[in-house]
Amino acid sequence: MNFKLSEAATQRRDIMRMAAEGLMRPIARQYDEEEHTDAWDFFNAMWEASKSNRDAASMTGEGNADKKEKSSGETKRKRRENTLMSAVQIEELAWGDAGLYLSIPNPGLGGAAVSAAGTPEQKARFLGSFHDGKPKWAAMAITEPHFGSDSKQVATTARRDGDEWVLNGTKIFCTSGHRALEKSEGFVVVWATLDKNKGRAAIKSFIVPAGTPGVIVTKCEDKLGIRASDTAQITFEDARVPADHILGSPEIVEKGTEGFRGVMATFDATRPIVAASGIGVARAALDFVKQALADEGVEIRYEAPQCEMTVLEHEIIWMESQLQASRLLTWRACNMMDRGDRNSREAAMSKAKAGKVCTLVTQKCVAIMGPLGFSRKLLLEKWMRDAKITDIYEGTQQINQMIIARDILGYSSSELN
Amino acid sequence: MIDIQLDEEQQQIAETVTSFAKQQIRVAAREADENNTVPASVIDQAWGLGLIQNAIPEAYGGYGADASAVTGTVIAEGLAEGDLAIAMHALSPKLVVDPVLHLGNDEQKQRILPTYTGEKFAAGSAAVSEPRWNFSVSTMTTTAKSDGGDYVLNGNKCLVALAKDAPFTIVYAKDDNGVVGAFIVEQGTAGYNVGEREANLGLRALATYEVALEDCKVPAANRIGTDAQPMLRRARVAQAAMAVGVAKASLDYAIVYAKDREVFGVKVAQKQAIAFMLADMAIDVDAARLLAWEAAWLIDEGEEHMREVALADQFAADAVMTITDNGIQVLGGHGFIRDHPSELWARNGRGFVTFEGLASV
Repeated sequence: MNFKLSEAATQRRDIMRMAAEGLMRPIARQYDEEEHTDAWDFFNAMWEASKSNRDAASMTGEGNADKKEKSSGETKRKRRENTLMSAVQIEELAWGDAGLYLSIPNPGLGGAAVSAAGTPEQKARFLGSFHDGKPKWAAMAITEPHFGSDSKQVATTARRDGDEWVLNGTKIFCTSGHRALEKSEGFVVVWATLDKNKGRAAIKSFIVPAGTPGVIVTKCEDKLGIRASDTAQITFEDARVPADHILGSPEIVEKGTEGFRGVMATFDATRPIVAASGIGVARAALDFVKQALADEGVEIRYEAPQCEMTVLEHEIIWMESQLQASRLLTWRACNMMDRGDRNSREAAMSKAKAGKVCTLVTQKCVAIMGPLGFSRKLLLEKWMRDAKITDIYEGTQQINQMIIARDILGYSSSELN
Repeated sequence: MIDIQLDEEQQQIAETVTSFAKQQIRVAAREADENNTVPASVIDQAWGLGLIQNAIPEAYGGYGADASAVTGTVIAEGLAEGDLAIAMHALSPKLVVDPVLHLGNDEQKQRILPTYTGEKFAAGSAAVSEPRWNFSVSTMTTTAKSDGGDYVLNGNKCLVALAKDAPFTIVYAKDDNGVVGAFIVEQGTAGYNVGEREANLGLRALATYEVALEDCKVPAANRIGTDAQPMLRRARVAQAAMAVGVAKASLDYAIVYAKDREVFGVKVAQKQAIAFMLADMAIDVDAARLLAWEAAWLIDEGEEHMREVALADQFAADAVMTITDNGIQVLGGHGFIRDHPSELWARNGRGFVTFEGLASV
């Protein structure tokens, strides 16, 4: 057992903290107010930083740890902490600004899908371009106007025509979709069905690069929070991609839902990350309130008797304990991922807890600061707006409760739905 | 590097303790509660597990194994999952052993520890709480006045577990400088007056007493260390872990019941209103456990832990109330009936906001 961050994780955290303070906080309000504009200075800075980071990593052989150890014949597997490291870093970035964090040019969820399900050739071709050139984004397009969580309802179609797939349909809520398709040479991974009558087994994902004719970003959503992040609606009108842009097999295996399960399993990695981002936002609000109280000489007495504690002290301690609970649930889920243990339940727990907690904590922080909390002069009201999405995307609170409930009850989806 | 899991040895201890709790403690819990008595046979069997002796160095007759606070939380949770009153009774020696072990000098260790390494169980006790609505450690009014080579203790205590049986009770009192100290009081010391056995909402099987300290004189050599706050923090971590055990018991019972009970043609667990309630309970059981582990780990590492202990304690005390209350709710009317254990867990769970110094890790 160990509750201390490794030196490497501490270093990465501190670097992200500097970026959060130096690059994100100063422009956080601006890009919230100026929705649908692009923070190019920030994007370029983060792109260059991640490029030089990658170079440094490839020079020292970091990130190649597995390969290296195999070749040196070491029997003891190196302990990994990739997922945990991501959670720690993302908490800091979201502490800086959740919308800007989501806008950082990187392979994102689209890239994660290619990494998880792509062939070596697909990975080299589509992820390789993220190593150089101008800032790029990749996105994931699943949701459609008529469904959200019920992702087997995919109605966007993919039809084979010679050496190409022809896509038709409309996708919504595609994070960074606009920047992937129209602001960079990126790509979008699109879920489409080969046969609407064959359910999950017929749902496949396709890599659609920027510049594909027939792909139109029809709208960027106006949102409650995370306004710096673009949320695109994309229409596909006879959009053609080469045959080898499909991820996984083009076969429809009757009753086989392996491919679908595989996609669902990526949630086990992404849910703790979303939880971490929510925790970052909530911590921003709580840090601010605690500093404001400290400036006024208000001390939080953690060991004061219940009957002597002020309401304020009760609230702060409650928020801190809930936030730390969320963080530990998140770190545990990451830990399990890094060990290669199945973590669906724990990932859903971290997301459900953090989603609820960060929503409540940011609301309370607004309330505690009174008129200052309500004012747009400070960032508190923004953090409250930014936090809410944590309880919605990557599986709503209720979807995660469902996953946890099925797991602890030993129920299938047909037994509990 | 962050590594949130029990090691192999702790995992084994967890399994041993959990299966003991299930097979020996749980079955005795209802009767113990109704009869206001912890059966001696269960305590003897628990003693046989060596959980107390393990943490005592060989030099004092113990097994010199794992004395870590993290392992302490594993034991506390596991036994409390069986029954809280029985768990507190079985682990009561730690109320004496832990302060002596962690803050005591060699003479005190020689004098006290062998009592708790023998063939037979010997109870331990601690007197922390005082019978006032606004009691807390910081508002403690029991005093320990220096008097030559002695301390003279005065004040009223309550929730003193096993005060009549324990050969030693650790009394917490404020010294002349207002520092909370821990004082060894031997059974039969003049001025250490054990009153009536208390009748409580929960913990009915555990014999707790009010104790009046009236010019109770103990030698200066009976003071353990100087500042006893660290021991009270260990107590809070133990209580947090026990709260997790009680909450988990209630959750698991509710799960089994909900999967069995038919309603409107399906099992009640198949209704989202119930299933989601169970999911929320499961999240907070895990969260409370992780917070307790973290606090215990910081204690073991000698790191600053005041805040983390407070957070773990607060969270667990809140969580166990909500969870055990929902544990009744899932059973509906049956949850209110004493044929089921849910109401017992809710009564016990309610105490954690009040408990001070009833356990240790």
